[in-house]
Amino acid sequence: MVPRRFVVRSSRPDTRDTRTLELSPVDGGPLAFDAGQFTMLLAFGVGEVPISISGDPTAPDPLVHTIRAVGPVSRALAGASPGTVLGVRGPFGTGWSVGDGRGGDVVFVAGGIGLAPLRPAIREVCAARADYAHVAVLYGARTPDDLLYADDLQRWAGEHDVEVQVTVDHGQHAWRGRVGVVTELVARARFDGARTLGLVCGPEVMMRYSALALLDRGVRKDRVRLSMERNMQCGVGLCGHCQLREYFVCVDGPVLPYDALEPLISRAEL
Amino acid sequence: MEPRVIDTAGVQALVDALLARGYTVVGPTVRSGAIVNAPITSVEQLPRGWGDDQEAGRYRLRGRGDDALFGFASGAQSAKPVFFPTEEVLWRGRRTPDGFTVEAEDLQDDRRDDQPGADAPYALLGVRSCDLAAIGIQDTVLTGRRPDAAYAARRAAAFVVAVTCSDPGGTCFCVSTGTGPRPGPGRGAPYDLALTELLEPGAHRFLVEVTSDRGAEVLGDIGSTSATAADLEAADGVADRAARRMGRELETDGLKELLYAAAESPVWDDVATRCLACANCTAVCPTCFCTDVEDVTDLTGSLAGRNRVWDSCFDADFSLLHGGRVRASTGSRYRQWMTHKLAAWIDQFGMSGCVGCGRCITWCPAAIDITHEAAVLRREAAEQEALP
Ligand SMILES: Cc1cc2nc3c(=O)[nH]c(=O)nc-3n(C[C@H](O)[C@H](O)[C@H](O)COP(=O)(O)OP(=O)(O)OC[C@H]3O[C@@H](n4cnc5c(N)ncnc54)[C@H](O)[C@@H]3O)c2cc1C
Ligand code: SF4
Ligand code: FES
Repeated sequence: MVPRRFVVRSSRPDTRDTRTLELSPVDGGPLAFDAGQFTMLLAFGVGEVPISISGDPTAPDPLVHTIRAVGPVSRALAGASPGTVLGVRGPFGTGWSVGDGRGGDVVFVAGGIGLAPLRPAIREVCAARADYAHVAVLYGARTPDDLLYADDLQRWAGEHDVEVQVTVDHGQHAWRGRVGVVTELVARARFDGARTLGLVCGPEVMMRYSALALLDRGVRKDRVRLSMERNMQCGVGLCGHCQLREYFVCVDGPVLPYDALEPLISRAEL
Repeated sequence: MEPRVIDTAGVQALVDALLARGYTVVGPTVRSGAIVNAPITSVEQLPRGWGDDQEAGRYRLRGRGDDALFGFASGAQSAKPVFFPTEEVLWRGRRTPDGFTVEAEDLQDDRRDDQPGADAPYALLGVRSCDLAAIGIQDTVLTGRRPDAAYAARRAAAFVVAVTCSDPGGTCFCVSTGTGPRPGPGRGAPYDLALTELLEPGAHRFLVEVTSDRGAEVLGDIGSTSATAADLEAADGVADRAARRMGRELETDGLKELLYAAAESPVWDDVATRCLACANCTAVCPTCFCTDVEDVTDLTGSLAGRNRVWDSCFDADFSLLHGGRVRASTGSRYRQWMTHKLAAWIDQFGMSGCVGCGRCITWCPAAIDITHEAAVLRREAAEQEALP
């Protein structure tokens, strides 16, 4: 339960409320992780919250976190300037295991900040692109100003033969792209459902509808994976906060297969 | 080792022997109208002659008119707070200009002097069978997967004297949960000695069963006689009579499936009209383990760190996410509590989280009864099945 100290090496703005931090350990080696895992990130004296690792699993130094400032702790973390020491526990939880999609299509469906936890898996696929057939990144954000990782999106499309489709809830001024919900992208993208692994991350309602849209396209329930969000205090299955019926989301998740989640997330307030 | 017999003076000798071995002896004692666990040094501090009346939402001490030392049922507290204190330091650190440093382990330990657990090792006197089962469950929960080091250390050092229940309360149902009323080796947490109080006129004595080497050693320090067939038979009688006087019953067959299927039952809304979400039930529950982590800062703001404190799934902010609470309604929180305890626990840990101690029923200010609600769910499911 004692954190390791990591120093902020750089901090880059992504959007008006989101920043990406690069961190290096003060002592000891880098934090090896699987794409999809998270850490408990501590702003000393303020608090500790779960944040997914958004960097490259094959190059875990620096440790990369993309943080949206929504409350006291995330604000303190996102606002940490270079040189600041933050506490890190982890990595915790299950990963995407995107390698299970080798030989077939992989569809990433992201809503808002949900692109951050998917990025390590997208990178993993791009690094071994020939192992996969069709790859799609379907990404929905509130407004064009809320889009994360514009450079990455371009590179994935331009250099790695990834079908990148972006939509926003509210288009404004110069936006020439699509306006609408991400599930519409799922209905339209060019993958073959029968051989697809679908990885989904975003707000819970968005994930529920995206999963249904994937099933509509013929993806098997056990080949759809969602990253669940629950209150987390310990990250190691001891505090009880993250329970979703029989699952401790911090240990059994956050990435869980849709066939296990279906009876749970379709019930209110479980 | 064969069972032995001691008298009341022998119980005092047992306490003395444990104290001499450096244990803090924690036993039942009467305080402000209830039986609570506290450090004791003398048999005189035990609730001699006290029993209790327990019903849903009701607890009263009752004079028994005899000399029984253990003639009562489960008190408000189980052994839980002894091994799993309400508050525990996780670590301490110091603010520095660029962030913080973590205090070295030994410095952290110095600050634990006033912490619960500082007077360990503990010898627990009079642990009921349901509570032994609860300790066993907490051992699995807190050390089975990711060990809680402080808990594990306190547990390993502890000496446990169990006791057979002779006079179960109106809310007890350990026979239904298979956890009592008599301690048995291999059932629940291991213990060192087990007492069965034999209250025969003129022959007030205790059968002592020995289940560990440590127990044998301690018993060897004090005078005891070997148990006769009559002693053994009398002890069996105590347990049999207790088993036949359970105040409550819980049908456990298929309970997990029943609760999983009942997620949308109207029962939860019905309970919500009565439940105050006060969290009494989770506080007195001997197996509830949920905690919150709090930041602590001293007045100067330079020394800070994190403490772990008991929490409850009934607390409004337990499931807080940015954007709202997962379980906003009281009904959903009661469903979480009951479903976790009786169903999800089985998937998580291979055992039910309920030991039949009845505390959640007794200490509920609204007299909500988990056995009653389970029966209602079962009836409702049966009625649905009967529909054409
Ligand atoms: C597995 C996982 C991965 C995540 N990854 C990211 C990420 O990569 N980037 C990102 O910006 N956000 C991520 N989040 C969400 C992030 O943890 C919350 O936004 C953050 O906890 C909000 O805390 P706060 O104090 O700033 O806000 P407040 O809304 O004020 O929260 C108050 C308290 O509630 C609790 N809390 C609130 N929301 C959450 C939450 N969603 N999860 C857990 N506890 C919460 C915390 O204990 C917090 O201190 C992730 C959440 C989970 C569960
Ligand atoms: S019943 Fe509630 S407080 Fe008790 S262990 Fe389960 S989730 Fe935690
Ligand atoms: S975050 Fe504590 S049990 Fe999952």
